[in-house]
Amino acid sequence: MEEFMTAAILVIGIAFRMATPFLFASLGEMFSQRSGVFNLGVEGIMMMGAFSAFYVVLRWESVLLGVLLALLVGAIMGLLMAITSVTFRAAQGIAGIGFYMLGWGLSGALFRLLVGGVTTIPSMPIQRIPLLSDIPFIGTVFFHHNIFVYVAYLLVPVAWWVLFKTRWGLKVRSVGHTPEAADSLGISVARIRYQCVILGSMMAGLAGAFLSVGHSYIFADAMTAGRGFIAVALVYFARWSPWRVLMGAFLFSMAYSFQLYIQVLGIDFPYEFALIIPYLTVIIVLALSFGRVWSPAALGKPFVRE
Amino acid sequence: MKSDSNRLWLIQLFVTLFSLIGALLLGAVLLWIMGVNPFDAYRVLLTGPFRSSFGFTEALTRAVPLILVGLGIVISFRSGILNIGGEGQLLMGAVSGAAVALALAELPGPILIPVVLITSFLAGGMWGAIAGWLRARFSVSEILSTIMLNYISIQLYLFLIRGPLIDPQQVLFGTGVPQTARVPDAAFLTTLMQGTRLHSGLIIGIVLAVIVFIFLWKTTVGFKMRAVGAGPPSARYSGINVEFFMVLAMFLAGGFAGLAGSVEVIGVHRRAIEGLAAGYGFTGIVVALFGRLHPLGVVPAGILFGALIVGGDMMQRAVQMPAALVTAIQGLVILFVVSSNVLLYKPELIMKFLSRFKRVPAPGSEEG
Repeated sequence: MEEFMTAAILVIGIAFRMATPFLFASLGEMFSQRSGVFNLGVEGIMMMGAFSAFYVVLRWESVLLGVLLALLVGAIMGLLMAITSVTFRAAQGIAGIGFYMLGWGLSGALFRLLVGGVTTIPSMPIQRIPLLSDIPFIGTVFFHHNIFVYVAYLLVPVAWWVLFKTRWGLKVRSVGHTPEAADSLGISVARIRYQCVILGSMMAGLAGAFLSVGHSYIFADAMTAGRGFIAVALVYFARWSPWRVLMGAFLFSMAYSFQLYIQVLGIDFPYEFALIIPYLTVIIVLALSFGRVWSPAALGKPFVRE
Repeated sequence: MKSDSNRLWLIQLFVTLFSLIGALLLGAVLLWIMGVNPFDAYRVLLTGPFRSSFGFTEALTRAVPLILVGLGIVISFRSGILNIGGEGQLLMGAVSGAAVALALAELPGPILIPVVLITSFLAGGMWGAIAGWLRARFSVSEILSTIMLNYISIQLYLFLIRGPLIDPQQVLFGTGVPQTARVPDAAFLTTLMQGTRLHSGLIIGIVLAVIVFIFLWKTTVGFKMRAVGAGPPSARYSGINVEFFMVLAMFLAGGFAGLAGSVEVIGVHRRAIEGLAAGYGFTGIVVALFGRLHPLGVVPAGILFGALIVGGDMMQRAVQMPAALVTAIQGLVILFVVSSNVLLYKPELIMKFLSRFKRVPAPGSEEG
């Protein structure tokens, strides 16, 4: 029983931490989709963010500069995504695959060219929250992480406030749901969509930065392992609501941690099948949410003024 | 009317070639930023495969899976379904093809080869049909489900070639390389040129391209699939069972990718190995888009991108520029092709753009 509890605390703690990239990427993607743009490029942008931050930390040992570069790279890729999908009205799903291949190929090529082989970078300090981190179990699970993790969870209420309590958030929602009405009220549909796609892509860059400099302390080809695509699916599951993004991020993070749980407890279960669990969860969850889904009405549809 | 469609065809060709040139130019900028001389890298990348018969046959060999996957993508995209799952469907086809070839090793080649090909088509097709069914029954985005099925099938494939299907020799010598046993000689596809890897899969690909063209444009089923692709509501209004054709489109798309998998097994590697898919599932999308979603366009597009893959490997050896850059260039090609579509279908936008550079015409005048 004690062994089981120790394993459970370990796995829940890791799941809590590993929800971080989903939170960053999904909250960003939520803004993009709320404005009407389906940005499937998240996976590729995450890879580029992961490499940029990793390289800066490796060369100049500054996590802050690394994060800034990841945000900048995310913004540049977001601008490109906005140009293709808003201005040139490209099919957004296919454009996303283009960004996936661009980010995958470029981060892999840059890594081989500038770094070469597996290199580790210093790990980030754990920030204990005074008093709270001393609570048995709960302290270890929730208040024993690096700064990325706390920021990610804090962004959930921030995203909610921005989306539902600010004028800009209202514009975002109207542009994604009834672009014609928004346009007739003098809101620039294209400008809001550009802003949202760039914001979402910067968050994807941040999610990637967490993976390399805040979690595994290495860079490896395709290290995001589909987390960017899952982050996009998670937004559907969350029905475009920040609070449900929080739930979904934890659910999918648990699915990723499950294989760890199996290893810790030494259960005899094929490793490959444990790795399948997060992706299978996505499919099942998407199928189950069938029929009761509200969605931004203009999602994926380029806006053309009549 | 005739000259109009001719002009449209020319514009398509022009815009498509421009997409490749644009992607290569952006790629050159990236190379320059990375401190590599773009001219040196591109000389090897673009001319390397055409300088020797080895390079060219290797490009054709790489083109075979690209053409097959690309044909499936054409069918699905024309039916309004975005199949991103080529990679996974290819692996399912490869492993089932290898398993059948090993299980029925006594059969003579003329029977064994068709059995292997059909099995892999069915396996890839069923894997694809899952996504089609999820879309038709539960409105699950096929983009997301096929991507997830890719990750699932990679693990399933690795489980099979590490476990139940592992080469007994690997177990015997304790080396444990994850791969199946060598398929019987009778299952091998004929080598087209001695001393190269080029095999008769290329002929299969070209013949199937013609068949897909006839299927999509000359049969009722093909017409209905394209009608679904043109717009599900109007297709449904005219009495077409939209859900059925969605599943069928995904089945056929998956089937072609599965076929690519077994052709790689019995044509090139002689067994199911780790890393067999090699990104063909994604490059197949580039090939289909670059071939303007036309089965006959897929063949030259497949050869072009096959050459680009071979050129990338040569570039890596000659100027130490990682071959992964070719993946990035392919991504850029996709972006250029999908961005330029708006120019093809909305010619007035070109006019509008051009008119910015002209003086504003006087009111009432009707130009271009």
